[in-house]
Amino acid sequence: MRLKLQVNGGEREAEAQGHESLLTVLRERLGLWGSKNACEQGECGSCSVLMDGQLVCACLVLAGAAEGRDVRTVEDLADGEHLHPVQSAFVDAGAVQCGFCTPGFIVATAALLRDNPEPSDGEIREALSGNICRCTGYGKILEAVHRAAARGRSA
Amino acid sequence: MTIAPTRQRLRGVVGESAPRADAPPKVKGEFLYGSDLSREGMLYGATLRSPHPHARIVAIDVAPARRMPGVRAVLTSDDLPTRDKFGLMRADQPVLATRVVRYVGEAVAIVAADDPEQARLAAKAIQVEYELLPAVTDVVAALQPDALKLHDPIDGNVIEDVRVVHGDIDALADVVVEGEYEVAMQDQAALGPEAGLAIPGQDGGVTLHIATQWLHEDLRQIAPCLGLPEEKVRLVLAGVGGAFGAREDVTLQIHVCLLALATKRAVRMTYGREESFYGHVHRHPARMWYRHGATRDGQLVFVRATIVLDGGAYASSTFAVVANAACFGAGPYRVPNALIHAVGAYTNNPPTGAMRGFGAVQSCFAYEAQMDKLAAALGMDPIELRARNALENGDRIVTDQPVEGSAPVADVIQRCAALPLPPQRSSADLLELPGGTGNLTHGEGVRRGVGFAVGMKNVCYSHAFDDFSTARVRVERDAQGAVARVHTAASEVGQGIALVCEQIARTELGVQRVIVETPDTTIGSAGSSSASRQTWMTGGAVLAACREVKAELVRRAGALGRSVDKVDLAELLSTPAERVVTHRHRPTEKRNDTTQNDGHVAFLFAAHRAVVDVDVDTGLVKVVQIATAQDVGKAINPLAVIGQLEGGIAQGLGLAVMEEVQLKDGAVRNASFTDYLLPTMLDMPPVVCDLIEFPHPDGPYGAKGVGEPPTISSTPAIVAAIRAATGRALERVPVRPDDIVFGASSRSGWRIVAGADPRHAIRA
Repeated sequence: MRLKLQVNGGEREAEAQGHESLLTVLRERLGLWGSKNACEQGECGSCSVLMDGQLVCACLVLAGAAEGRDVRTVEDLADGEHLHPVQSAFVDAGAVQCGFCTPGFIVATAALLRDNPEPSDGEIREALSGNICRCTGYGKILEAVHRAAARGRSA
Repeated sequence: MTIAPTRQRLRGVVGESAPRADAPPKVKGEFLYGSDLSREGMLYGATLRSPHPHARIVAIDVAPARRMPGVRAVLTSDDLPTRDKFGLMRADQPVLATRVVRYVGEAVAIVAADDPEQARLAAKAIQVEYELLPAVTDVVAALQPDALKLHDPIDGNVIEDVRVVHGDIDALADVVVEGEYEVAMQDQAALGPEAGLAIPGQDGGVTLHIATQWLHEDLRQIAPCLGLPEEKVRLVLAGVGGAFGAREDVTLQIHVCLLALATKRAVRMTYGREESFYGHVHRHPARMWYRHGATRDGQLVFVRATIVLDGGAYASSTFAVVANAACFGAGPYRVPNALIHAVGAYTNNPPTGAMRGFGAVQSCFAYEAQMDKLAAALGMDPIELRARNALENGDRIVTDQPVEGSAPVADVIQRCAALPLPPQRSSADLLELPGGTGNLTHGEGVRRGVGFAVGMKNVCYSHAFDDFSTARVRVERDAQGAVARVHTAASEVGQGIALVCEQIARTELGVQRVIVETPDTTIGSAGSSSASRQTWMTGGAVLAACREVKAELVRRAGALGRSVDKVDLAELLSTPAERVVTHRHRPTEKRNDTTQNDGHVAFLFAAHRAVVDVDVDTGLVKVVQIATAQDVGKAINPLAVIGQLEGGIAQGLGLAVMEEVQLKDGAVRNASFTDYLLPTMLDMPPVVCDLIEFPHPDGPYGAKGVGEPPTISSTPAIVAAIRAATGRALERVPVRPDDIVFGASSRSGWRIVAGADPRHAIRA
């Protein structure tokens, strides 16, 4: 089937089979490789995207169900070389190692700080518990979220 | 050791927490991993795997698959060009199963098709007729004389057999403690799935873009199985989404290349998460019988141990895992008398191999439990007992090798013990309680416990392995001035070796702009990104190459009558200055019959203290804090080192209380992230770190490796804390709720006297 999608503010068309996920279409049809494919059953959060502003796992959304919805991926956050404050906080805090989970954490953190600009440790841990990182042990990610929140306050 | 003089303006030199060059593309989603690679018109590969742990293949009918739409190639073992087996340390694993399958998940046939779904359906359509054979899934049973032999030429299913015989093996002691311990199978669970893109070349060869830990070892195994000379097989490192040992072995490398050569098209293979559990090796499960003896005042007299490691269907790195389990099987202590017998065996379970800290992780769980038992028997403080027996510089480990260079074991113990403890739980916040927002307790039945453990491991490859790394360093000028380019084949798997190389080059050359090029096989091997070795080896190679380039620049400056530190380097670079250096660590000795010689390059030590809250009614555990002191030699990048410590501890926490590849009759029962539980941000507590920088004379700037020790003693520290909170024996990891609530145990069912040969076990 032919899908019409709103992705990162632009109209995109893609061919998709009925069973295919939004994640497959973003990656394999639209070349938006930033959303990752680690578990493909909604456990790890590495495919996190925003759909009509809501944080979702793109692997759990049928591509057809995304038609007519506003889809925002990690690729939407930076302005060219100018990083989004969440992105620069992850770089500076040392929150990136292999980086496979990173795009999902970035999108989930941006969504968290939009709704709760000054989250506590507990609120951060709960909000990001759907995102798995196998490299960092999360310490530097927690720090990055606080840094990003501080930058949001000073911005 | 002196560091070459650097210019004030340089940012990101050795010792600074410089940011990673790959972090900006990673946070933007622009960094391409193996599974993100594509080519116009590429095909997709899929694999048909055995559903049986042990069976004879009677017939394979690929015709139904070949007839399906979009299918371009279907290959079985009949289609292999030449060599039909591969393996890291012994070529015993069929590229595609021939005649027999030996584990659930063994690759039987491969398919390339226009679309991934077509490839998957075609693989499913292949008809395989199996004749079932009895499966050997109990590793101790596999070792007994009457066991079914799984690999005909090899006697009695033994892959490796290592005995450490040290001092008087009949020594007697005042106080003796013993125990049987078990470590279950752990999965590396790197988030990036196995993936590669193979592109056939005009010359009949192939270029493989692959996420791996060791490009040249892959090349050595791949080329003969393709029937190609090595120069026609080119490997380029794709983005690696974590590794932790799972990418040390070949998985889909040969398959994807075979499909590309058969179809003359680019082919990408990517495993899904379930297939990943079947496609890569796991950590060896272990059964261990230990006996410790000490004087009444707490001096260790002897350690005796029998360690049985389940190698699964194929050997992989079992040889080295067994050797490590044995060599470090008494821990970082002065032990005058030891008898340690470690054996790894074939079974029909999934193959096991490398995972962070291999061998050392398993035995550390047992010997640290023993140290606590001993402390209790002696009425001594467990930390005091450890400190009293800690290895000092010049002391010999049980392989009779002296610890030289740096052995701050007492330091790691005392400095870890001195780190601040967390406050008592004050609030009734559910997030701080075992079970979290599951709302299982509001504090009633929750008990706090504190546990401590120390561990050790070798850095680099041991036992006369020719371990080396190659680096090319080139300084040239462009429109912006001098730039240094560093090229090695060292796999950046997330651990930060590219950053280490960058900081070393910047420091040595005094050049701000350093570009670390993509690793590939056009340069010599860097060895594996494993055994905590890349900083020592590739860092060492880059350091040596930089010093040669620097000497050349000094000569060039001298020819102009100038000092190199007072000249704009660009003036010296009308032609680039370049050197290629191959760096080796000092030679080590081959293992002898009693494992009594200098088999290792150097040793790494760490201590961990865990604080846990345990709900004794539900058996749930909340780890409250981990404190660690680790001997790192020199932190080239302190932030990156702490990242390794925290990340390694998370994997140790997983093994302590969450992670287990559950097997039933050889089949994995939980091949998904829904059923294989990984620590999340809610499970991982704050970590308090103390980095001990006691330089080793052979490492670059004194740096040792840092990656593995965090995973070794964190697990036993957490379990010790749970024992302290509950009074349960807990002789197995991961600790399950039943173990806490009911005191469940999981005995092997075999009686073995610690130190005895496990080939003569008696059913209990």
